Amino acid sequence: MKNYDIVIIGGGPAGLAAAVSAKQNGIDRILILERDRELGGILNQCIHNGFGLHTFQEELTGPEYAQRFIDQVLDLGIEYRLNTMVMDISHEKVVTAMNREEGLFEIQAKAVILSMGCRERSRGALNIPGYRPAGIFSAGTAQRLVNMEGLMPGREIVILGSGDIGLIMARRMTLEGAKVKVVAELMPYSGGLKRNIVQCLDDYGIPLKLSHTVVDIKGKERLEGVTLAEVDQNGTPVPGTEEEYSCDTLLLSVGLIPENELSRGMGVEMSKVTSGPIVNESLETNIEGVFACGNVLHVHDLVDFVSEEAAAAGKNAVSYVKGERSGGRGRKILMNPSGGVRYTVPSFIDPSRMEDQLTVRFRVGAVMKNCYVSVYFDEERVIRRRRQIVAPGEMEEIRLTKAQLFEYPDLKTITVKIEEA
Amino acid sequence: MDIRQLTCISCPMGCPITVEMEDGQIINVTGNTCKRGEVYARKEVTSPTRIVTSTVKVKGGTADMVSVKTKEDIPKDKIFDCIRALKGIEAEAPVQIGDVILKDAAGTGVDIVATRNVERA
Repeated sequence: MKNYDIVIIGGGPAGLAAAVSAKQNGIDRILILERDRELGGILNQCIHNGFGLHTFQEELTGPEYAQRFIDQVLDLGIEYRLNTMVMDISHEKVVTAMNREEGLFEIQAKAVILSMGCRERSRGALNIPGYRPAGIFSAGTAQRLVNMEGLMPGREIVILGSGDIGLIMARRMTLEGAKVKVVAELMPYSGGLKRNIVQCLDDYGIPLKLSHTVVDIKGKERLEGVTLAEVDQNGTPVPGTEEEYSCDTLLLSVGLIPENELSRGMGVEMSKVTSGPIVNESLETNIEGVFACGNVLHVHDLVDFVSEEAAAAGKNAVSYVKGERSGGRGRKILMNPSGGVRYTVPSFIDPSRMEDQLTVRFRVGAVMKNCYVSVYFDEERVIRRRRQIVAPGEMEEIRLTKAQLFEYPDLKTITVKIEEA
Repeated sequence: MDIRQLTCISCPMGCPITVEMEDGQIINVTGNTCKRGEVYARKEVTSPTRIVTSTVKVKGGTADMVSVKTKEDIPKDKIFDCIRALKGIEAEAPVQIGDVILKDAAGTGVDIVATRNVERA
């Protein structure tokens, strides 16, 4: 069996940034395992611009952003395997993988970084009635077909869901000569970034229908049309509001699901809210030496924050491998998301192990205007930040310092909530 | 008087901005809640620009397509002209990020450059 200090599962933005950080922090025996034929993950098909404003202070396209990290991986001589599928990871960190050259093989890792990313929610998860004709794609599949294979999925398009990929594809399909008739969104607000609504829909006169969903799919061999209807506040279609749209293609942009089959298989505890692992301040799961970062941990809006998170995971994995981490005196401060905050990453904090500054990321459950993001140390409010608006489509963050936590030696619970102004 | 309604894209707030114009001159900007909103609105009504991204075919490469972008932002009303100018263009592998795929796209004075590397197959 081969031995590595750190094995990184997935060579997308999270895996690349974790690998670079681990190497720069002084570990050489690193291996990235990637199932696709190239490094870079989903960024390779995200040919639009808007990446890297935080990391590189310039606006890059997805492939350009990926290449910045791939170049670092190559320059640092970090080992990687392409076309390699990880089948299983044991609780003892034995990674079972396969590829054409080596067949099935096992690797013993000292630390594992989970960076498998996420996948799109499919039609099956939505229970849309109607036939199952050709012409129904997830937005990301259409993105891969158009941008990487040079194929057009169709000519007359309806998009269900206003996630960022759906919005980006509305523009992309329009530029390639398709007619995008409408984007329907079940919720009363868009799941995508505001700038994408303006630049991808408004620029091209594509209507966005909020509180609408697809209630029927027509066509047996090929999609011929869909029926949209308005929904009430419970998401139930309102009779009499049905509208017919003829189309040959329906794109679904209805959410992303962290891809955690391997994590579950090895016994990693999962969050019901994020569908990602529950992690501590070091982005370490309940299994010591197993870390998670990027979209496998929780779905991000901006790759810049994925890179930042993954760099932290890489650094923490190095401390673990080197045996530099304090034993942890068993002090475990619980993060308590409440009052409109759906979850936090991390879920708990050992102050003796945290960096001088810790970024806590979270999402809210609904759009709220003119409010405060408040942080309570047990009963005492320590942070209160005025926000003009918070929305589920935009990840939020707060920063805690080690010094701050050491001032409260008896602290049990940190509550993060949204309060009305 | 001409009234333009915009949604600011400077931050998640997405302020609805109203710009009042007369003879192509901006008279008043309202609805923004910060300075950035006004800057965005002024540019958006006078000379809106965008970066355009697309793909072109590659001959003899490890990938079928190479992604491209306008090197700088171009006037918004030239977007479709740029896309049309790319029709039928085929790059030859190897392609490096930054390689010029099309010079002076659609008379904008802006080159279209590759945004990914494609090795020779």
